[in-house]
Amino acid sequence: MAVGFIILAHEHLDRVAQVAGYWAQRRSPVVIHVDARADDEDYRELQDGLARFDNIRFVERRACEWGRFSIVSATLDAATLLLSNSDDISHVFLASGSCLPLRPLEEMNAYLDKHAGTDFIESVTTQEVTWTVGGLDLERFTLRFPFSWKRRRRIFDGYVKLQRRLGISRAIPEGVRPHLGSQWWCLTRETLEAILTDPDREVYDSYFSTVWIPDEAYFQTLVRKHSTMIESRSLTLSRFDFQGKPHVFYEDHLQLLQRSDCFVARKIWPRANLLYREFLGGDLKKLARIEPNPRKLDKIFAKAIDKRLNGRDGLQMQSRFPKAHLWNLPRTCASYSVFEGFSDLFSNFETWLEKRTGTRVHGHLFNKRTVKFAGNATIYNGCLANSAKLRDYNPEKFLASLIWNTQGEHQSFQFGPADRQDISGFASGDPNASFFVITGAWAVPLFHSKLNFQRVRRVAARYQSIEARHVNWLRQHEVRAHVNIWSLAEFVETPMPILQTILDGVDPTASRKLTEVPKMADLTGFGQFVQKLKNEGMNPHSVGDFPLGRQSDQPVSPAKPYAVR
Amino acid sequence: MQSTSSKLWMAYKLRLKRRWLLWRALRKRHQLSVVRNRTRQITRDAILGFSTVRNEILRLPFFLKHYRALGVEHFLIVDNNSDDGTREYLAEQPDVSVWGSTHSYKKSRFGVDWLTWLQIRHGHGHWCLSVDADEILVYPDNETRPLRALTGWLDARSIPSFGALMLDMYPKGRLDRQIYRSGQNPFEILCWFDHDDYISKMQDRTYYLSVQGGVRGRVFFPNEPSHAPHLNKIPLVKWNRRFAYVSSTHAILPRRLNKVFGQSAQNPPTGVLLHSKFLHVVIDKSREEKQRQEHFTYSSRYDHYYDGLMANPDMWCEASLHYEGWQQLAELGLMSQGDWRP
Repeated sequence: MAVGFIILAHEHLDRVAQVAGYWAQRRSPVVIHVDARADDEDYRELQDGLARFDNIRFVERRACEWGRFSIVSATLDAATLLLSNSDDISHVFLASGSCLPLRPLEEMNAYLDKHAGTDFIESVTTQEVTWTVGGLDLERFTLRFPFSWKRRRRIFDGYVKLQRRLGISRAIPEGVRPHLGSQWWCLTRETLEAILTDPDREVYDSYFSTVWIPDEAYFQTLVRKHSTMIESRSLTLSRFDFQGKPHVFYEDHLQLLQRSDCFVARKIWPRANLLYREFLGGDLKKLARIEPNPRKLDKIFAKAIDKRLNGRDGLQMQSRFPKAHLWNLPRTCASYSVFEGFSDLFSNFETWLEKRTGTRVHGHLFNKRTVKFAGNATIYNGCLANSAKLRDYNPEKFLASLIWNTQGEHQSFQFGPADRQDISGFASGDPNASFFVITGAWAVPLFHSKLNFQRVRRVAARYQSIEARHVNWLRQHEVRAHVNIWSLAEFVETPMPILQTILDGVDPTASRKLTEVPKMADLTGFGQFVQKLKNEGMNPHSVGDFPLGRQSDQPVSPAKPYAVR
Repeated sequence: MQSTSSKLWMAYKLRLKRRWLLWRALRKRHQLSVVRNRTRQITRDAILGFSTVRNEILRLPFFLKHYRALGVEHFLIVDNNSDDGTREYLAEQPDVSVWGSTHSYKKSRFGVDWLTWLQIRHGHGHWCLSVDADEILVYPDNETRPLRALTGWLDARSIPSFGALMLDMYPKGRLDRQIYRSGQNPFEILCWFDHDDYISKMQDRTYYLSVQGGVRGRVFFPNEPSHAPHLNKIPLVKWNRRFAYVSSTHAILPRRLNKVFGQSAQNPPTGVLLHSKFLHVVIDKSREEKQRQEHFTYSSRYDHYYDGLMANPDMWCEASLHYEGWQQLAELGLMSQGDWRP
C-alpha cells in the first residue's frame, strides 16, 4: 500500500513541481491545489511540466485566504479527487508547497504500513493548547469571524471585542468537541472517507466556515468523531517562532534537517538550492526504520527562546538595548566589589587585597581626571580607555562593559566622594554589586594634609554631603546590592572581624584566614581633629562617635599591626 | 510623560521635516547628469544598492563582488567628481547605473539629497541598500542566506527596515605598513576591532538609538566623545517614495523606521557594516578631505581627527580583537540574531 499526497500551494510553483514530481515518480499519486491568486502563467507552466505524470491531478483553483474556510474547502476537494482516483492508497498526506521530503518514500510507506489504521494528526483540546497567539483558542469556536484578519484587522478586532462585551457565544454543533492542531496531517483512507461522506457534513462545513483558522480545527476536531486510532502528532516537521510565524529552513539547516529523522519538513526557503538538491537529487540515505525525532530540534529552539526572553545578563549592546521593563534584571554579568574609604585608611589596601584574594583590584575607577585601572593600565579589556570623558559619556555602560569583559576574574574598585557619582543609582540596584563602605574615612587624608584648616573644613563639608547622598542610594529600600556600612569610629574599634568579612565577601568559596593585615594610617590626634571641625561649626557625623583623645592613648604603630591572633 | 498635544506637535514637525527633505531632493535632481542609465533592467522585486562615491576605484571591485554575492541586483551610484577612473569603471559594469555630479557633497547633505531623488524615482517598493564604498555588510548567516532571505523574513513580519552597527576595522601597526591591492578582501589587512567601548543613547522623540565610541572614540575623540562619528546605521529599507534619510543613513523619517535595534518589539536580527576606511590610502585622503572640508557638518571640529590620521597612527591595542566572522560578532553582541535563528 502507498501514501497519496495533497499539496496546497500558492507561490514558488517551480518548487512545487519538483516535489510533486519526486513523489509521483516514486508512484505515489499527488493532487495539487494552487491558490487562484497565483500567477496564471506560472500555473500553466506547472501543469505542462507535470503533464508526463498520469498520477498527478489538479483540483479547481479557489482563492485561499489565511485563516478562512477556503483552505479547508480546497483540502476537501483535493481529498475527494485523490481518493476517487487511487484505490491503492492507505494514507493521505497533506503537504504545503514549501514542504520538502527528508527521507526516502519507501521508508515512509514502510512506516505507515507498520502503523496501518493510525491517523497522524495533532489534535488537542483547546484547554491544552499553549501555542495560540493572540489569546484566541476556545473563542475560535464560539465567536463568529466573518471579517478578514489580514485585510480588515481593525474590524476583525473590533467585532471580536463587541462579541465578548455582549457575551455572544454561538452553539457548537452536537457531537463536536473542539480540538486544535497543526494544519499538516496524515490520515488513513477510512477516516478521511468517513469525514468526506459524513451525513452531517453540511452542518459542519457551515459551522466551521465562520470558525477562526479552520484549517487548524476542522480535521483536528472531526477526526475525533471518526478515527479509531489517533497519534496526536504531525509527521511534518515544522516550528513556529516566538510570534507564531512559521520558521523557515535555510541552507545552513541542512544537518539539522538530516538529523531530525522526520519524513517531511516545512517551510523550506524556496531559494535554498542546496536543500532541494540534497533531498530531492540523489538517493536519500536509508535510516532503516528510525522513528522521526523532531525533539532534537526542540533543544536548539528552546535555547534560542530562552536567550530571547532573558537576554544575556550584563551585556549592554546596541542590539539588545536594555528595556525599561527589563530593568530589574541584573545589570552586570558577574559579581564585583566596591570599596569606599579603605584606601584612605590603609596606605597599601589595594596591593594587600589583590595579594590576599588573588582578584583584580582597581584604584578609583571613577576618578574625575582619569580612570585608575589596576596597574595604571591605559587601556583595559574590551578596549576601554582610561579617558574620564569617554567613561563619563555613559558611566553605567562603562561599568557593565568592564565587568562583562573581565569575566572569570573578580573585580574590585575604590570609590569615594571625590569621584564622579553617576553610577550610585545603577550599582546600588545591581544584585551583583557588593559595597563595603567606611563612612567618614575621607577625613583621614584631610587630617594628614597640610592644607589650611578653613579649606579642610570646606572640603570636609562637601565630601560629607556627597557621601550622604551616595549612602542614601545604598539605604533606600529598592537597593539590590549587598551593602555593608561602618562609620570610621566603628571600623577602627574592631577592624579585624570586618577585614575578615571583606575577604569572605570578595571570595566566599575560599576560606582565608587573616594572617597579614594592611597598614593603617596613624590616627594619633584624630579625635582632636574631629573636635576642631565641630568647633568650627561643622558636624562630621559620618565619622561616627570618635571619642576625644582615645587614639592618642593607644597610638597605632605601623610596624606592629593593631592585632594579630 | 509627554502630553498628547506635544506628541502630536512633534509628529507634525517631523512630518514637515520629511517633506522638506523630499523637496530638497526634488530640487537637487538637476545637479545629477546621467553617465550610464541601465535602470530598465530593474526587475519588479529586485534588491537595489545605492551609493555616492568619490575616488573609490581601489575599493569598488571588492564592494561590487561582495554585494553581488549577497544578491543586490542593480546598483545606482552617484559619482561626485572622481578623477581616478571610478566613473569609467562603474560605467562598464553591466549591473550599474551611474550619475555624475560636480556639485558640493556637503551641500547635498553628503550625497543624501541625490540618493533620495534616485530612491524616489527608482526605489519605490524595492528593498534598498544604501551603503558607502567602504561599508561591507555582514549579518547572521550571510554566507548561506542572501539578502533575499533576510528581506523575505522581514516582509513576512511587516518589518520595513534593518539596522547595523558600523564597526571600524583597523590594522595592527601603522596604517601604511600594509598596502591594499584592488579586489583584495580589505579585512585581511583591517582585521582588528574594538568590541566593547561603544556608547548608546536613546533619543526618545525620534525613536533613534545613537551609538558612538569604538576605536575612533578611543584614539581620536577621548576628550570629546560626543563629537565622535555615529556608528548606528539603517542601511536596508523597504523603500517608499515618501521616505527620506535624515543624516547619512544614521536616521530616517518617518521615525518608526528607526526602530531597528532593541527599541523594536519584534526582536529582529541586526547586522554589522565592516568599515574599511583605515586602509593605507586614508592618510592621503585625510590630507585632501581636511582641505575640502566637505565631510562633516562642523568641519573644523574634525581638523585634529584628520591630523591624527595623517600622522599615520597605530590604532591597535592589547585589548583589540581579531576578526573571525559573523558568529564572533553575534557572540559579542555587536549584532543580534534576533528571532531569525535557529
